[in-house]
Amino acid sequence: MSFDTAFMLSTLPAFFKAVGVTLQVGAIAIATSLLVALLNATILVLRTPYLWRLVKGYVELARNTPLLIQLFFVYFALPSLGVKVSGFAAAIITMTFMGGAYLTEVLRAGVEAVPRAQLESGRSIGLSEGQLLRHVILPQAGILSLPALFANFIFLLKETTVVSAVAVPEILYTTKNYIALYYKTYEMLAVLTLLCVLIFLPLSLLLRYLERRLQHGQFGN
Amino acid sequence: MASSGIELLLVSLPQLATGAWQTLAISALGILFATLGGVLYGVLATLGNRWLNILLQVYLELFRAIPVLVWLYLVFFGLPIFFGLSIPSFWCAVLVLGLWGASEVGEVVRGALQSLPRGQREAGLSIGLGGWQLYGYVLLPQALKRMTPPTINIYTRIIKTSSLAVLIGVVEVIKAGQQIIERTYESVLIYGALLLFFFLVCYPLSAASRVLERRWAHA
Repeated sequence: MSFDTAFMLSTLPAFFKAVGVTLQVGAIAIATSLLVALLNATILVLRTPYLWRLVKGYVELARNTPLLIQLFFVYFALPSLGVKVSGFAAAIITMTFMGGAYLTEVLRAGVEAVPRAQLESGRSIGLSEGQLLRHVILPQAGILSLPALFANFIFLLKETTVVSAVAVPEILYTTKNYIALYYKTYEMLAVLTLLCVLIFLPLSLLLRYLERRLQHGQFGN
Repeated sequence: MASSGIELLLVSLPQLATGAWQTLAISALGILFATLGGVLYGVLATLGNRWLNILLQVYLELFRAIPVLVWLYLVFFGLPIFFGLSIPSFWCAVLVLGLWGASEVGEVVRGALQSLPRGQREAGLSIGLGGWQLYGYVLLPQALKRMTPPTINIYTRIIKTSSLAVLIGVVEVIKAGQQIIERTYESVLIYGALLLFFFLVCYPLSAASRVLERRWAHA
């Protein structure tokens, strides 16, 4: 078993591009998921009639089914209903569908974690509901949800590897492609592992640091 | 369309069931190894041995930094070339799910054990309990309530993640579904059925986890 360093170096530009695709899919999916989640969490917190049940159903459906099948549904099944999407679009749609549900739960839990005494004391000093939301609930709920939000961002970024199944040229797809073309399995697995460690390990360590820091930043307990 | 769809589902049911059986087998074995490995991890992590802790930390970070699908490929392609070992893709999936699950369950067990009052360990030691007795009779039973709800959540993640096995060639429920689609072109129906299958398996577990968490919140 020889290690072909020259070949490995020759693939670097392609992998550089692939990392770009991974980050791009991840970043777009995180942004759109966050938008979906903000809307849904507002509906849940305000208990908007009917819509509230719909959001609950969506969250349960998205959280209790595998991303891969959601992806295959969008990519392979929707075309037969007349909706044809590219691999990239399918990736974004599916990851938003799943990510939106996870982040909805995070935001809802954040609002619910604000101690009741905070609400009551806010009301007792005469804050309006709007002021209560803006000055008391949201700032605290934001801080409380931050570690879980960040953890889910990393989770979503890692899940981008799954969209390699519909030929989105991110890091895993690029690796598989090179293995199939040149049989340089050894070298390509090494590059893939290295990339994962370089991208995800710092984020994971940062998350741990954030969790420790924010433990000391809570009010009222 | 509607009646032919139901007919098709009934006709394809045996094939889907065979695949579903494989999916459930991978998940069940993954869950078994994740639980055994996770309890072992949790106990080892609370022994207070510095070198052991560093080793466990490296293991944990490797499974956190490298996505499960990448692990699947690493094991599937890597075992044959690095170790000359050729194991069936079914067992590759079980191995990866077990190791990944053990790191997740392990962190839950460690957290639950560490949340117990110090006095419990000290009291156990002071009446002369050995390591096995201390963990088996005093610490683990008390940690059980705290670690069960999050562990059930990890089980649902293992079941959902078992779907990735299709990508390394395991003929499980998705593959069975794809074979039916190749024959019938009923992709909406079959993928819908696959989503429903996983939902029916995972939703009761998620709901149970939530109920237990609420019931034991003050345990």
